[in-house]
Amino acid sequence: MRTLIIAEHNGQHLNEQVARAVTAAQQWQQPVDVLIAAAQPDALAAQAAALQGISSVLVASDAALQHPTAEHLAEIIVPLAANYNVVLAAHSAFSKNVLPRVAALLDVNMLSDVLEIVNTNTYVRGIYAGNVLATVQSSDATQVLTVRGSKFAAAATGNAAGITTVAAPAAPVGSRWVAEAFNKSERPALTAAKVVVSGGRALGSADAFAQVIAPLADKLHAAIGASRAAVDAGYAPNDLQVGQTGVVVAPELYIAVGISGAIQHAYGMKDSKVVVAINQDPEAQIFKIADYGLVADLFEVVPQLTAAL
Amino acid sequence: MKVLVAIKRVVDYNIQVRVKADGSNVDIDGVKMGINPFDENAIEEAIRLKEKGIVSEIVAVTIGGAANQDILRHALAMGADRAMLVETQETLHSLSVAKVLKAVVEREQPNLVLLGKQAIDDDAGQTGQMLAALLKLPQATYASQLTIEGNQATVVREIDGGTETLAVSLPAVITADLRLNEPRYVKLPNLMMARKKPLENVPLDSLNVSLTHNVQQLKVATPPARPAGIMVKDVNELLSKLRTHEGIIG
Ligand SMILES: Cc1cc2nc3c(=O)[nH]c(=O)nc-3n(C[C@H](O)[C@H](O)[C@H](O)COP(=O)(O)OP(=O)(O)OC[C@H]3O[C@@H](n4cnc5c(N)ncnc54)[C@H](O)[C@@H]3O)c2cc1C
Repeated sequence: MRTLIIAEHNGQHLNEQVARAVTAAQQWQQPVDVLIAAAQPDALAAQAAALQGISSVLVASDAALQHPTAEHLAEIIVPLAANYNVVLAAHSAFSKNVLPRVAALLDVNMLSDVLEIVNTNTYVRGIYAGNVLATVQSSDATQVLTVRGSKFAAAATGNAAGITTVAAPAAPVGSRWVAEAFNKSERPALTAAKVVVSGGRALGSADAFAQVIAPLADKLHAAIGASRAAVDAGYAPNDLQVGQTGVVVAPELYIAVGISGAIQHAYGMKDSKVVVAINQDPEAQIFKIADYGLVADLFEVVPQLTAAL
Repeated sequence: MKVLVAIKRVVDYNIQVRVKADGSNVDIDGVKMGINPFDENAIEEAIRLKEKGIVSEIVAVTIGGAANQDILRHALAMGADRAMLVETQETLHSLSVAKVLKAVVEREQPNLVLLGKQAIDDDAGQTGQMLAALLKLPQATYASQLTIEGNQATVVREIDGGTETLAVSLPAVITADLRLNEPRYVKLPNLMMARKKPLENVPLDSLNVSLTHNVQQLKVATPPARPAGIMVKDVNELLSKLRTHEGIIG
């Protein structure tokens, strides 16, 4: 049998996490194919074909795939799944929207955000905001899962896998893309950044967030993150939320500024290599998961830190 | 228009769950339970649609043992009109939950099904999408804004890097993100009034759903703790640690 990876992309570039899913897929020791479903798939297919560890790239193209819906993608993936006993993707807002739909149509269960592949049907995943690791086994004929990208190295490039066209049924009626709004930023993407500087409720305003967090992030070429409290208060946009219900990051360096370290926030950053916490409360939970803690007023020390870099 | 809201009873979000000594499962005996936070957003949204005159009836449903009645009462106290407990002692995974909910949808024929985007116990985040698939209905997940006009729902969804807006025709399945709304507090008089609202117990067997149990939890463990860190006295010490010990800042 074979393994199928559902590739996420933005129309021009493969998401960096696809190469990580390719590494995860090697665990089954069987041929791995990558599906590109896109309006203009050529450049994307070429990027996927270059990934080491891929047998072939499947291309489904249709104008509606400029902005694919879960319904449309599921109609493309489900007929293909007959040839596969593993369907996987890197865990993201994209894949966790599509793959449960695919799994249900195949009448199989799905494993979300898998941290470790123990064997061909056994996995470790976090439950209770990552406070507990559960080892789960699925006896379903098709294993459908999403994997935590940061737990797997990115596959190298240099391959030249073959490219095959597959059928793309028309988009189902009933669901229509209307608009999207991406927060434009010159900074690295949160999930791919080597350094993340995150701000919490303590920043107190959007202006302060911009004036204190952004210059430090600039100096460190870092992505900016935020706690839910900071996002809810409007200090930072929604997509910067780190945590159980936001983005999970695992950079080389995570600097938490004025964040208390609630379990829901910790879930999203505790796999970071080095954690620095700046908080004026010596009892703050965040210090329990920090490698370096600084008890201080952030408005004083963050500008100092920025100036010293 | 009728809305079905599916809710789940979970360990309170403030509680740090522990693992049983034998690693067989989590130890939640006597732990504070409550409605899954995202499901509360789903109920709140249904109530707001009713207050706008768009929705006429709200049915809250959950699956589980008799203890689950407390979250149904909570939903009724918030403003749901009636509630249904699909009774079973079994622990069901997302696919089975979706199959049971499908049977409930077929019985109730709602124009809209609202659920939370994920449950904070298993963190699977699958039920809404699976239910939509089984019902062959449109889905709109991670909703942070919902507008209904005639037979169409316009949903702003939270996605990586920003938002996406979808238009789905009703009936549809929509899952709620925390920013969809701020759930109202339940006042005591409402809780008293909720006791008079209908709460129906439906044995799972009576729904004739065939369920498989293909996912098994083999064991649970506490994740390895991060090694204890150190406190630094000022920015200079912090920088020297990062530079010399970690070599991560140039
Ligand atoms: C279902 C659910 C899901 C959730 N998901 C997430 C999630 O994904 N991500 C997330 O982050 N949260 C999430 N939360 C919320 C989480 O529980 C916390 O409420 C939130 O993380 C708190 O944000 P905070 O640390 O910025 O604010 P607070 O907890 O208020 O902490 C602010 C900190 O700043 C410190 N401080 C104040 N002033 C200063 C100063 N001048 N200098 C230095 N330090 C200062 C304080 O000592 C305090 O520790 C979720 C909650 C629920 C119920």
